[in-house]
Amino acid sequence: MADIIVDARNLQCPMPVLKLSQAVSGAAAGQTIELVATDRGALSDIPAWSKDTGNPLKEQFEQDSEYHFVVEKA
Amino acid sequence: MTDTAHQAEPVGDKTTPEKEKMVIIAASGDLDKAWPVLILATTGAAYGMDVTVFFTFWGLGILKKEDAGLTGDDWRQKMLSMFHNASPSKLGLSKLHFAGMGPAMMRGLAEDHNVASVQELLEMAISLGVNLWPCQMTMDLMGLKDEHLIDGLSAPVGAGSAISLMKEASISLFI
Repeated sequence: MADIIVDARNLQCPMPVLKLSQAVSGAAAGQTIELVATDRGALSDIPAWSKDTGNPLKEQFEQDSEYHFVVEKA
Repeated sequence: MTDTAHQAEPVGDKTTPEKEKMVIIAASGDLDKAWPVLILATTGAAYGMDVTVFFTFWGLGILKKEDAGLTGDDWRQKMLSMFHNASPSKLGLSKLHFAGMGPAMMRGLAEDHNVASVQELLEMAISLGVNLWPCQMTMDLMGLKDEHLIDGLSAPVGAGSAISLMKEASISLFI
């Protein structure tokens, strides 16, 4: 279970990335943040954001047509 | 090329790496331009970039208060304000405007599909620390005063400031 859950379901681009980035900047280093989104663009946007900002993507899965991303704050 | 090759590290001081810069020149007051301006600006900020949007000419309408009313000192400025009464909720479309039916339909669609409105994205941009720069020359030209514009903006500047920033920015866009 992640330390922080961010619900970005039903939100369109760019909100999932914005919500995740806000949650990560408010988190402490080492904390995990799980983003739940339904925007299909998030499938490529979140891994790209994670790579570019250096906050590693620890886990990614799809469940009940919802996309889950677990990011660790660097 | 290795993964780290493109991550430019400032020479010397590694404790406070300077953020990469992104500059957007927002010159249009069309809804279909305001959206990408604010989507890219907020996303750039979410990427940890130092983002600045320079609002010039019709783009300044994006920053106008909803209740700014008739602005300008001289009759031509007042005419401009009357026939181009811009503010986030009144932005039109560059195509398929159909006397306002197009944008109304587009806003309805955006709401149905949970696309953030221009107003929401503006608030988001301010809370993410995006620098919003009004163009001083356009303000003078259109007779706009600071009090006609929304809160949370930087002080008005000119083209020189925009160029100076773009010279060192890794992303510069004119929208």
